[in-house]
Amino acid sequence: MKSTSPAPEMFAQTLQRHFGKRVSTHVSLGQTRIDVDANDYLDVMQRLRDEPDLCFEQLIDLCGIDHSAYGKTLWTGRRFAVVSQLLSISKNRRARIRCFVPDDIFPSIPSIRPVWNSADWFEREAFDLFGIVFTGHGNLRRLLTDYGFDGHPLRKDFPVSGKVEARYDAGRGRVVNEPTTAKAREIMPRRFPE
Amino acid sequence: MPEFRNYFLNFGPQHPAAHGVLRMVLELDGEVVVGADPHIGMLHRGTEKLAEHKKWMQNLPYMDRLDYVSAMCNEHAYCLALEKLLGIDVPIRARYIRVLFDEITRILNHLLWVGSHGLDVGAMSMILYAFREREDLLDCYEAVSGTRVHAAYYRPGGVLRDLPDTMPKYTESKWKNAEKLKRLNEARDGSLLDFIDDFAQRFPKRLDEYETLLTDNRIWKQRLVNVGVVTSERAIALGFSGPMLRASGVEWDLRKTQPYEVYDRLDFGIPVGTAGDCYDRYLVRMEEMRQSTRILRQCVDWLRANPGPVVTDDCRAAAPPRAEMKSTLEGMIRHFKLFSEGFFVPEGEVYSAIEHPKGEFGVYVVSDGANKPYRLKIRSPGFAHLAAIGEMTQGHMIADVVTIVGTLDIVFGEIDR
Repeated sequence: MKSTSPAPEMFAQTLQRHFGKRVSTHVSLGQTRIDVDANDYLDVMQRLRDEPDLCFEQLIDLCGIDHSAYGKTLWTGRRFAVVSQLLSISKNRRARIRCFVPDDIFPSIPSIRPVWNSADWFEREAFDLFGIVFTGHGNLRRLLTDYGFDGHPLRKDFPVSGKVEARYDAGRGRVVNEPTTAKAREIMPRRFPE
Repeated sequence: MPEFRNYFLNFGPQHPAAHGVLRMVLELDGEVVVGADPHIGMLHRGTEKLAEHKKWMQNLPYMDRLDYVSAMCNEHAYCLALEKLLGIDVPIRARYIRVLFDEITRILNHLLWVGSHGLDVGAMSMILYAFREREDLLDCYEAVSGTRVHAAYYRPGGVLRDLPDTMPKYTESKWKNAEKLKRLNEARDGSLLDFIDDFAQRFPKRLDEYETLLTDNRIWKQRLVNVGVVTSERAIALGFSGPMLRASGVEWDLRKTQPYEVYDRLDFGIPVGTAGDCYDRYLVRMEEMRQSTRILRQCVDWLRANPGPVVTDDCRAAAPPRAEMKSTLEGMIRHFKLFSEGFFVPEGEVYSAIEHPKGEFGVYVVSDGANKPYRLKIRSPGFAHLAAIGEMTQGHMIADVVTIVGTLDIVFGEIDR
């Protein structure tokens, strides 16, 4: 069995050697996060997999984040980010890659499906839930939501009660969607320490 | 006469071999599968969205409902993430209890898997035997948490309460006479640890019985050997983890490579397959149950010898003891605040993964400092496994699709979330 993972500081140096100023590395709680610009995203990901001293063979997870409601103050940065968790089996190391998506209105970023096959469904899910378009994915259909679903439910402006409710209409002999009658109620609001 | 072209066949969502609510559109050339397109989301309950509107503690029971056959392991990943963010320490006894119940969960999961996989492939009796053993383990769940499936037993900073000194017993009824009762309650006279110890003694023999039914069974082998072969390179590229990865010959287990809790103090082996087919995955899971039994014994021995606290006294996440809450003003305020507005988690993000019975189960948490998560992403192993089904079924017969769906060990609670 392999030894435990090396110190994150050493790993940060390796990253600096490979990518220079194109990435910025943050270490917190013993985990490494690599921030990368959308223009360099695909290239950095490709090299993270292929360089022999990085060697991240597995894409463990990929997800979107909507930052529009983040923190106590108004968020001024880019709204959407794509976060991937990488795992190197041969080096026994993990890394988290965060890439902010350039456009808030029509968010779009290159697909990493050609680099890791496992990105296929993860990107479909992020598209479904956040509306982030992954260019070059090739099969970007909705994954988790219902057939004919409208909207992207994990965006912060999507109500938790949803927008429509389904019922069986005996007259028309089928299930119909109507605007929801459910009221959003919150027992304990989101709160920050004083 | 028109020529026959490829045609499409709808499989599920109402199908006994669909393991819940899997709908698959199969493209067939005669009886040979050309492609499979799974349609998932029939059990999508929006756990991640709900989590953003619930306090940190309220999210814990939602974890049980992801992979509902291995509930406690899901909670474990979530608790580990919270503990990292909060920076709280877990007492050593709680760590052992968690490992004990993680391994009970692993056996529970693999038993259900071998039973339902047998049922899919035509070994009718397996599920009956597997559920006999599951019953005992679910009683362990019930003894510590009060519920048989959705335990909500782990807490950030430990576990809910210490292991009980007594086991619940069967009572006499129309169907259980005194003689039968005596046999059923035989192992239940002592504490929970005695019961688990007794289970760990008899379970390997039961496993031998299962193996006489299946391992060299001609029909079982005909249905499983060389079906759904995945090479180690493809298994890695497709994001496989857990038994699916190990059956393809990759020696990778988070309990060994990135040990959490007390796994580095325990002695157990990691079974690895060679062929990467359904039969190897079966063998790996059977061996994992044996190894889990070994871990059970070691945990029981340690827990018997070492009493101690089972939850942290860190006031940020743990409730004050009952006596303190009733007698002191500070205790009462702390209790009230904790159960009304909840606790605040410092700003930051963390990904914590555990070796779930099905593979790597990860929780990625982003906190902006509030009393609720900002984003909670659940990485479920089955999601990546099911995504590969198109590749795995290619060139196989329709009957093999059922075998491959079974071998993936999928549960839709975690895939659809």
